[in-house]
Amino acid sequence: MPNMIVCCKQVPDPEAPPSLFKVDSAANKMVIASDVKPVIGQYDEFALEAALRIKGKQGGKITVLSLGNKIARDVIKKSLAVGADELILLEDEAFEESDSWATAYALAAAIKKVGEYDVIFCGRQSSDWDAGQVGIGIAEILGIPAVTLARKVEFSDGSVKIDRVIPDGYETVDVAPPVLITVTSELGALRYPALKGIMAAGKKQPIVYKPADIGLESSQVGAAGRHINLSKLFQPVKEAKCEIIEGENGEEAGVNLALRLREAKLL
Amino acid sequence: MAENKGILVYGELTEGKLAAITTELLGCGRKLAGELNEELSCLLVSDSIGEAGKEAIAFGADKVYTAEDPSLKQYQVESYLQVIDRLVKDTAPRIVLFGQTAAGRDLAPHIAFKAETCLSTDCLDLSIDPETKLLLQTRPVYGGNAQATFVSELLPQIATIRSKAMSPLEQDDSRPGEVIPTKVEIDTSAIKVKVVETVKEEISGIKLEDAPAIVCGGRGIGSAEPFNTSLKELAELLHGAVGASRPPADNGWVSEAMHIGLTGKIVAPDIYFAVAISGASQHIAGCSGAKHIIAINKDPEANIFKEAELGVVGKYEEVIPALTGKLKELLSS
Ligand SMILES: Cc1cc2nc3c(=O)[nH]c(=O)nc-3n(C[C@H](O)[C@H](O)[C@H](O)COP(=O)(O)OP(=O)(O)OC[C@H]3O[C@@H](n4cnc5c(N)ncnc54)[C@H](O)[C@@H]3O)c2cc1C
Ligand SMILES: Nc1ncnc2c1ncn2[C@@H]1O[C@H](COP(=O)(O)O)[C@@H](O)[C@H]1O
Repeated sequence: MPNMIVCCKQVPDPEAPPSLFKVDSAANKMVIASDVKPVIGQYDEFALEAALRIKGKQGGKITVLSLGNKIARDVIKKSLAVGADELILLEDEAFEESDSWATAYALAAAIKKVGEYDVIFCGRQSSDWDAGQVGIGIAEILGIPAVTLARKVEFSDGSVKIDRVIPDGYETVDVAPPVLITVTSELGALRYPALKGIMAAGKKQPIVYKPADIGLESSQVGAAGRHINLSKLFQPVKEAKCEIIEGENGEEAGVNLALRLREAKLL
Repeated sequence: MAENKGILVYGELTEGKLAAITTELLGCGRKLAGELNEELSCLLVSDSIGEAGKEAIAFGADKVYTAEDPSLKQYQVESYLQVIDRLVKDTAPRIVLFGQTAAGRDLAPHIAFKAETCLSTDCLDLSIDPETKLLLQTRPVYGGNAQATFVSELLPQIATIRSKAMSPLEQDDSRPGEVIPTKVEIDTSAIKVKVVETVKEEISGIKLEDAPAIVCGGRGIGSAEPFNTSLKELAELLHGAVGASRPPADNGWVSEAMHIGLTGKIVAPDIYFAVAISGASQHIAGCSGAKHIIAINKDPEANIFKEAELGVVGKYEEVIPALTGKLKELLSS
C-alpha cells in the first residue's frame, strides 16, 4: 500500500474579485482585503484528490505537508476531513517570505524526515505566486523523477501510471516509485468532506515542525534562504472603460452590438 | 569556475521549423545580448533539425548548438534534461531562456534546481540592470492581479517567457553565425519515466493561437452543446475559433486544448468575445493580448466588464443568436 505525501499551500482565495488585491509599492507587499478568505490552493486540492482516489482503490496512507506561518487550522484541516491521515505543518515565523527554492528545500527536508514515501503530489502551480517550480524542485533535491501535469494517476505495486496533459492531447507514462507528480485541473475537483470526516478531523491535531525539527538552520529558510529577491511589486494601470450596449431585451442588445461592432469597424 | 557569459536560448521546433516562441526568445535574447555586449546562442534538440539551425541564426543567434539523435524524436524530460544540463555546464551561460511552453515549464525548474540557482517563470519582460548587469525578471503574480520584478545574483539566471510577450526580429538570412553540432550521449539507465502512449486530440478548424477572432465560452454556458452550436456559428461567421475558460474544460464540455488562460493557451486575436465568463484574473491572463474584448454576461457586476471595451448585460442564449443573425446580414451586404 502506497505511502503518499501531498503538499498543500494556504493561499488567499484566488477567485476573490481582483479589486480586493492591492499592492503597497512602498513596502513591496501585497495588500489583500480581509474579506478574502484563506483556502488551500486550487491545484493542491486537485493533488489531494489524486491521492484520495488511489487510497480509495489501493488503501495506503496520505500525509499532508504545508509550509507557512499562521496556517489557519480550519482551512488546512479540510485535508483531514476529506480523508488524509496525517497533517504536518512547517509553521514558524522563520518560514515567512520563502521563495520557490527555500520552500522546496524545507519541504524536501520534511519529506526526508517522514522517510517513507512512494508518491509525492504537488499542485502544478501555487494559487498565489503561480511559479510552478516547487514540485520539480523537491524532486531534484530528493533525486527522484518528476512527472508534471497529471490528469490521471494509477498506482499498482512497483509502478505508477500517469496520464499527463501535453499540447493537444495527453500521454501515458509509466514510472517506478518513488516519484513526484504535479497535478492539473483536468484531474477533477476535490471531493466534499463527509460529516464523519469533519468530526474526526476536528479531533486530530497536526504535527508542527520548526526549522530545527527538520534539521535546517535559520539561514536556510524563509527570507534568509531565498535565492531570488523581489525588487518591485506593482499593478499596471488599466484605462479600459467598457461601453455597455443597451436594448429592451437580450435579442435587441445583440442586434445593437452587431451594429456597434460594424460602426466601430471592429468587424 | 569559468566565468558565466552570454545568453543561451532553449529552442523548440514545430514541424521541422523554428517554433514561433523560439523566434520571440531570440528577439528578446538579441536585445539582452546587445545590452550586455555578449553572445547569443541557441540550443536545438531533436531527431531531425534540418535547416532550423540556419533559421535560428537568421532570427538573431550568433551560435546554434544542435543535439540531433534518433532518441530525441519525442520529448522526454529526462533525456532532454541530460542534453541541456550538459550544454549549460559546458558553455556556462550568464542567462538561460526557455519558452513558457509545455517543455519549457517542465525543463526550466529542473535546470534551475540542478544548478542551485533560481528561476522566474512566465516572464512578460526582461531587461539588464545597467549597473549590476543582473537580469530584471518581470512576471505576473496573484493570477495576474499584480506584477513583480525579481532579481538574483546567482548565475546562470534562468527565465521562461510567455508566448507573444516578445517580438521576433525580421528574419535575415544573411546574418552571420555558426551551427555547432554537439555529441549526444544519453545515459539510458538514468531514464525512469517511460512514455507508453501518446494520444493526440484532433481539433478541427483554425488553431486558437492563429485565430483572428475567438468566441470564448465560460461556466455560464452550462453544457457542451452551445459550444458546438451558437458559439460555433458566431466563430465560423468570423472565420475564428471557439475557446473556453477553465471550467468547461474541467467539466469535459470541451477539449482541454480549448482552455484559455494562465494555465491554458495564451491567445491574442483581433477580437475576443467572452461569453458567460466572469473575468477571473487567471482567465484574463490568457486573453489580455486581444486587441478588442467584447463581454456578454448576465451579471452587470461581473469583472469581465472591467476588461472589455464593449459589453452587453444579458443572457447569452438571447444575445448570441441575435448578434450572429444581425452580423450575418451586415457582413454580407
Ligand atoms: C492558479 C490558477 C490558475 C488558473 N488558470 C485558469 C486558466 O488558465 N483559465 C481560466 O479560465 N481559469 C483559470 N483559473 C480559474 C479561474 O480562477 C476561474 O475560476 C475561472 O476562470 C472561472 O471561469 P468562468 O468565468 O467561466 O466561470 P465563473 O466565474 O463561474 O463565471 C460564470 C459567469 O457566467 C455568467 N453567466 C451565467 N449564466 C449566464 C447566461 N445565461 N448568460 C450570460 N452570462 C451568464 C455569470 O454571471 C458569471 O459571471 C485558474 C485558477 C487558479 C487559482
Ligand atoms: N508553502 C507551501 N506549502 C506546501 N506546499 C507548497 C508550498 N508552496 C508550494 N507548494 C507546493 O508546490 C506546488 C507548486 O508551487 P509553486 O512552485 O509555488 O507554484 C503547489 O501547488 C504546492 O503543491
